[in-house]
Amino acid sequence: MIEYRIDRRSGVATYVQIVQQTKQALRLGLLEPGDKLPTAREVVEATAINPNTVLKAYRELEREGLVEARRGLGTFVRRGLNTAPADSPLRAELDAWAVRAREAGLDRDDVDALFTSVLDTHFKGDPS
Amino acid sequence: MTETAIEAAGLGMRFGRRGKPALDGCAFRIPAGGVCAVVGPNGAGKSTLLSLAAGLTRPTAGALTVLGRSPAEVRARVGYVAQDKPLYPQLTVAETLRWGRELNPGRWDDKVAERTVAEGDLDPEGKIRTLSGGQRTRVALALALGKRPELLLLDEPMADLDPLARHQLTGTLMADAAEHGTTVVMSSHVVAELEGSCDHLLLLGAGRVRLAGPLDDLLAAHRLVTGRADASLDPHTVVEARTTGRGLTALIRPEGPRDPAWQETVPTLEELVLAHLRAPQAPVLRLDDVQEAAV
Repeated sequence: MIEYRIDRRSGVATYVQIVQQTKQALRLGLLEPGDKLPTAREVVEATAINPNTVLKAYRELEREGLVEARRGLGTFVRRGLNTAPADSPLRAELDAWAVRAREAGLDRDDVDALFTSVLDTHFKGDPS
Repeated sequence: MTETAIEAAGLGMRFGRRGKPALDGCAFRIPAGGVCAVVGPNGAGKSTLLSLAAGLTRPTAGALTVLGRSPAEVRARVGYVAQDKPLYPQLTVAETLRWGRELNPGRWDDKVAERTVAEGDLDPEGKIRTLSGGQRTRVALALALGKRPELLLLDEPMADLDPLARHQLTGTLMADAAEHGTTVVMSSHVVAELEGSCDHLLLLGAGRVRLAGPLDDLLAAHRLVTGRADASLDPHTVVEARTTGRGLTALIRPEGPRDPAWQETVPTLEELVLAHLRAPQAPVLRLDDVQEAAV
């Protein structure tokens, strides 16, 4: 079961944090189709956030077809997110690239800036 | 329009003949099924408002309805925790809960009350007078939650709690709201703590409503802008503006397009509240769809 971590100082809306963390768990395979998301009650008891925020996040995930609410049973994952699992060739390439970047003398912030700018070039305007 | 938990029109409360009224011409609507924060400086009228809603006192002007009725009629459906958390000091924790059960026949939920106490690691046989302020708060909340109220009125509930207990008890409150649709109305000074847990805001100042409405809408109606000190803020409504050297920082309610040279962000709850507290003359903003009552 996924556990959400809410960062109140991040400036990212709380419901967006829940959506993003769910997607991240789907990408990494921590959540798979058929898995149940925690109930709104469980989430708010652990995080002390407003219940309507959790419901809003779940509605958003449902709208994107990632989860489905089954009446009286809970919210379940419908499909995973098609991305690279931990052992994919894409990850291996990125890993090798990071090693080269470090050898070339780039520090973490340099790499972060470079990576973000390349992302912006290729994924501009895509919904995140 | 959603159902209404509390609605006030021209609400006024005056203690004694002299002096300023504690509440003066307040009109607002708090929807049911949400968590509303009542915020304001000391003496703004927060406690007066909550005790009126609890049906403990009657207003001296205007009208107040709670769950669609007069506050006195719905007392059985409302839980109220006063700021000083009155409990009988000579009773034990277990006796206090039994007292809650006896006084609320047909409504009382032992499980909820006992769980709330148990989370605080309290000895059921300990006397109330031996408890710390934070532990008493927990017992008072257990009593209020055990009553299974439709509306929970909490006056500065978290003031005596350490950060962990505050987080736990807020979680308990939110879980109750999620499971039973309980409407929670709580006053607080700790604005940062409210961010994330409340979805509706009522900001009081000097007995009057300053801001009222769904929190997201109120935040979206404001912008925190930074620009050059010589920039004109017209035609926007300026809540607060400060200049330092060549720079200007202001909280505005945008009225039309803004100068593209400004940097702007949507304020946080804390920024919104603090700016309004520093600027008591800022115009009132109500987004809770109430008709302005003729007072």
